[in-house]
Amino acid sequence: MKDLIKRITEVFGPSGQESKVVELIKAELEGHVDEMYVDIMGNLIAHKKGPGKKIMFSAHMDEIGFMVTHIEKEGYLRFTNIGGHRPWTLKGLRVIFDNGVIGNIDCHSDTKPNELNYDKLFIDIGAKDKAEAESMVKIGDSCGFYNSTLANGQRMIGNSMDDRIGCVILIEAAQQVKSSPNDIYYVFSVQEEVGLRGAKTSAYRIHPDMGVALDVTPTGDTPEGAKLNVKLGDGTAIKVKDASVIAHPLVKNFMIDVAEKNNIKYQLEVLTAGGTDAGAIHLTKEGIPSGTISIPCRYVHSPSEMVDLNDVKACVELVKGMVAIDIAQILD
Amino acid sequence: MKLEKFLAQLTEAPGVSGYEGQMGDLVGQAFSPYVDEVRKDNLQNLIALKKGSGKNCPSIMLAAHMDEIGLMVLKIEEKGFLRVTSVGGVDERTLLSQEVTVHGKKPIIGIIGAKPPHLQQPDERTKSIKMHDLYVDCGFSEEKIKELVRVGDLITINREFTQLHKSKAAAKAMDDRAGVALILETLKELQYLKHSIDVYGVATVQEEVGTRGAFTSTYGIMPDIGIAIDVGHGHMPGILNKEDTMEMGEGSGIGLGPHVHPKIRKKLTELADELKIAYQIEPSPSPRGTDAYAMQITRSGVPTALISIPLRYMHTSVETLDLEDIKSAARLLANFIARIDHEFVEGLKCF
Amino acid sequence: MLLKRLTEAAGLPGIEDEVRNLIREEVKDLVDEMRTDALGNLITFKKGKIDGPVVMLAAHMDEIGLMITYIKDNGLLNFKPLGGIDPRVLVAKKVLIGPDRVPGVIGSKPIHLQKSSERKDAIPLSSLYIDIGAKDEDQAKELVKIGDGVVFDTKFSEIGEGCVKGKAFDDRVGCAVLIELLKRDITLPLYAVFTVQEEVGLRGASVAAYDLDPAPDLALAFEGTTASDVPGMKEHHYSTSLGNGPAISLMDSSLIANKQIVQGIVEVAEENGINYQFRRTNFGGTDAGRISLTKEGIPATVISAPCRYIHSPISMMNLNDYNSVIDLTEKYLQKIAKGGFSK
Repeated sequence: MKDLIKRITEVFGPSGQESKVVELIKAELEGHVDEMYVDIMGNLIAHKKGPGKKIMFSAHMDEIGFMVTHIEKEGYLRFTNIGGHRPWTLKGLRVIFDNGVIGNIDCHSDTKPNELNYDKLFIDIGAKDKAEAESMVKIGDSCGFYNSTLANGQRMIGNSMDDRIGCVILIEAAQQVKSSPNDIYYVFSVQEEVGLRGAKTSAYRIHPDMGVALDVTPTGDTPEGAKLNVKLGDGTAIKVKDASVIAHPLVKNFMIDVAEKNNIKYQLEVLTAGGTDAGAIHLTKEGIPSGTISIPCRYVHSPSEMVDLNDVKACVELVKGMVAIDIAQILD
Repeated sequence: MKLEKFLAQLTEAPGVSGYEGQMGDLVGQAFSPYVDEVRKDNLQNLIALKKGSGKNCPSIMLAAHMDEIGLMVLKIEEKGFLRVTSVGGVDERTLLSQEVTVHGKKPIIGIIGAKPPHLQQPDERTKSIKMHDLYVDCGFSEEKIKELVRVGDLITINREFTQLHKSKAAAKAMDDRAGVALILETLKELQYLKHSIDVYGVATVQEEVGTRGAFTSTYGIMPDIGIAIDVGHGHMPGILNKEDTMEMGEGSGIGLGPHVHPKIRKKLTELADELKIAYQIEPSPSPRGTDAYAMQITRSGVPTALISIPLRYMHTSVETLDLEDIKSAARLLANFIARIDHEFVEGLKCF
Repeated sequence: MLLKRLTEAAGLPGIEDEVRNLIREEVKDLVDEMRTDALGNLITFKKGKIDGPVVMLAAHMDEIGLMITYIKDNGLLNFKPLGGIDPRVLVAKKVLIGPDRVPGVIGSKPIHLQKSSERKDAIPLSSLYIDIGAKDEDQAKELVKIGDGVVFDTKFSEIGEGCVKGKAFDDRVGCAVLIELLKRDITLPLYAVFTVQEEVGLRGASVAAYDLDPAPDLALAFEGTTASDVPGMKEHHYSTSLGNGPAISLMDSSLIANKQIVQGIVEVAEENGINYQFRRTNFGGTDAGRISLTKEGIPATVISAPCRYIHSPISMMNLNDYNSVIDLTEKYLQKIAKGGFSK
């Protein structure tokens, strides 16, 4: 699993540019599901057929990134954000483009850190001048954070854990689940970071009876950190609420029951902001009972997102435990 | 059931956004004598149908949300204090020293506390207390409370329905249980009127967190006309000028703005004039803030209107209104429904 | 001139009647089908000569403006903005109110009577009012009603070298583009959809796109978009520049553009020597965003004519940019009519 996590988090895939992630996941799932297809938006949908009701799991493939908006005559790139960044944390970070060009983010020298915004930041790709820069990247090209993913015992650090770690959980579950009373759709969604967009259209197409998002959640266990209940290493986090969804009580309780019956370590999560694909899924058509399995993750939306492998394994077990039970019983 | 009794029952019961199950049961019981069918949908919207006399008749959906704003346990701290977050738009300044119920394994009483004023610096006392500095004290030890309460449990303020002078009343969650009561009153009025169209009375869920229930219930019903019923700001001393408020007791508001179909509004105001039913015009350039926002843009679009019951102190536990405004608006809606036919509905797509 | 007629008409969010009636007259002989829906979107269809790909073209009819919310005892009118307006642009403007276009002015205290401290701060919306010359509430009520829409009284005309000025370029420019495209010989089945309520939250577009039959294979929205090539801005702040050709959107707050469409348009521009630019900001939402998320998704992007000073009583546009938007789109549509478009 460590190897898969390393490979999948290091693949290029800002919102709208997820095709390399699609290729990697397709290769992993080959032979483990009945059909796979990419829809109009670019979502990868892996279908494991079963006799019962439809359950849709969704983990998003896209990562936050940047888009080039202007090339200065000296060859520096100006950019804007794709998804939510804190501009004052960006100075000194490395980025990579789809074609492998790498660069470094820096800022106007007289800027105080708390005044940093996109107008005062630039990317240096080492180009001599505008002409050379234009031969390397074009206006409109996107880039993402560039970091190796590292393991330190059970803890792994890297960018794009949000939400490739969710993709890993679905891949592992799909590889292990040989049969289920339910009709399972594993959706690897696009454009979550810019507004839960891929989940919206894929849920419309699939029209599941139950929706489950897998995504990271911030923790409250860092020095003077946020007043949050979730701790890294305390198991899978079952979401009660965030800004996009209030987990359907049936789905939340289903998750708790499965965790308790299978001795899966879990914690309950209430998040005051943020959203996941469940926010889009549960409002599809006449409404779909939905919830979220969260993976505790420190430093979300930074280049060094940290997860605990035991939590990740607990999430895989929870997914497996859920699909083993006929969801028709839960929903009645 | 009498209006006062129904409203007392609804406002005293808990039903925070996302957890409207019990509220839906209460509403369903009250609606059922007056309708042909009652059901709940996937997100727990309570949907009642009173069939019309016509064949292949058009339908109207009356929507009022049954959820209320509230608090949720965010974290259980040492010594058993509960840190909280809000569900929906809660004004932190209205929370201090409220008595609450924590809906844990069983309901338990709690008190919302904060650092005592004696121990605050003089400059602290003039500042409002933030949500993250408030806590709920239930008087239990950490060990004991963890047996009874979990992260994610809901908290509501304890408040009895109170009749004030004449027809005025105060309670928590009048926003928008008063709207649900208005639907019930409309259904009662309809017993004595002949109507050819199907009438859906919907108590929606999760309005306070983004009109979520209205999106899904409207999708399922796909009515020809949608009327959202909610509360609007009543006039009171202080910052609100007359232009932004309505007078309590002078009839409900008929909304005016991008979220309101001009022909429905026109028919409502003409009918009110004809029947001498008091009403006020409530202009609003923003379509946001009520179920009409969602209903209007569902599928290929629904012609919508908005009825607002004037109410003071919105989003506090002492929301105050005039019951006569509910009764008069119910009479207006029932008569409106009785007069709708195919031709009127067809005309709504002709601009 | 079409642009003059369109931009001088009134069309506010939810009160698009005047513009809609005007457009209906302009297109009635150009299309095979025409209808309005529950929100007032004007949906027209031209069958074309081939089966597909089916294309949806969209532009919004509404402009930003004001709504009368209160009539005071002294006959002055209070108002609130319909759509996003910077209150600082309102002071000392002429306006037209309601279906009868009652003239009024937005008044303010003369400089002589202001304290020096007052002059430093922008005049807040709450202290602005419209004066129609009525002496009291009763006189005012004879002329205007609460809920009446208010538009700026700005005349359209040519200005400078090849430029035009007027109000409501966002998005009558898009409406004009759609009408001009309907006049061209395009073989594809084409929806030209004139949407409502874009300025109050992109409300018309998804409703209009929902029940189209045949369903569109792709959608293009047209906008008059912000040009920020003005003093005080550095070059890297320019979202678009006047005179540099049609602006193609890659991303805005509501949309990541479909790559295949963008690539196709760029190829057509380069093959035909048409100047183009990318819209270089992710700010602002468009109807294309809502259309793209309708049902299972519809590939979409936006093509804009750069306009300086949009969302104000007067804006400026280069006519070459405008004409190039029409030409570029026509050529792109012809290209996919021949080569197809695979989702």
